[in-house]
Amino acid sequence: MKPWLVLLRPGDWLVMLAGLVAVGTSVPLLWRGGSADLAVVKRDGTVVAELPLTAPRKFDVVGPLGTTVIEVQPGRARVARDPSPRQYCVLQGWLTRPNSIAICAPNHVSLQLSGHEGGYDSLNY
Amino acid sequence: MTASTIELEVTAADRRIARYAAAAIVLTIAEAAIPSPLPGVKPGLANIVTLIVLWRHGWREAAWVTLLRVLAGSLLVGQFLAPGFWLSLTGALLSLAVLAVASRLPRGLFGPVSHSVLAAFAHIAGQLLLVRLWLVPHDGVFHLVPVFAGAALLFGIVNGLIAAKLMQESKP
Repeated sequence: MKPWLVLLRPGDWLVMLAGLVAVGTSVPLLWRGGSADLAVVKRDGTVVAELPLTAPRKFDVVGPLGTTVIEVQPGRARVARDPSPRQYCVLQGWLTRPNSIAICAPNHVSLQLSGHEGGYDSLNY
Repeated sequence: MTASTIELEVTAADRRIARYAAAAIVLTIAEAAIPSPLPGVKPGLANIVTLIVLWRHGWREAAWVTLLRVLAGSLLVGQFLAPGFWLSLTGALLSLAVLAVASRLPRGLFGPVSHSVLAAFAHIAGQLLLVRLWLVPHDGVFHLVPVFAGAALLFGIVNGLIAAKLMQESKP
């Protein structure tokens, strides 16, 4: 280790530290895919509610099997309760990223988050 | 009528640039064989040569060596005028621009490691911008910034240390 350390000059430490800080700050800023700000609830493909992800609230949607309960909290949303037999959309838990979606197919209800930028589902080149 | 001959003067600097460029091209080829977890994350070993030339012979020769390496390296790897070539070129040009400034820093304080780290960040910044503008026109590419920046820091330090070590061991 020693023969390598002598190669570093005082300013080099400074530059490396600045680099480390730059990398560190970039991690939380850019790692997440933007933030979602709207929960779009649909029944049979038609929008029944657009809930802003600012204040906590609950929203009921009545489908063919019963009532699906959508729960919204600041920055996230989930399907809290659903009568579907396999509970896939409930087990998905909290949705936080734009374009993420929970579908309760048996009850014809879907919950999707949207961000301010529309974004793409996929890109190929 | 006698055929006119054109005599090109070859200076010592020309020979030096050619030699260094050859070394850099070899490193480029060798590196092309190293598998990479993510396109764009590469050690950039050829930059060690650029750092040494910059330190010993100044920015002008370093620029020659780097650009020759990008050109000839891409021809040999079969990437000439393909996206990979433009990415290398953009990265190289941005790095050289930063090195033009960085090489004026006081040498007692800032060694090859500083040059290397700064150039690595410039390299990745240029490439990401080109990718954003041309290849993947979506802000999604910027989610990879932490990965690329981390790799730039790591390989920047490693390459800088190797360059400093080589120059320490073989004083001209």
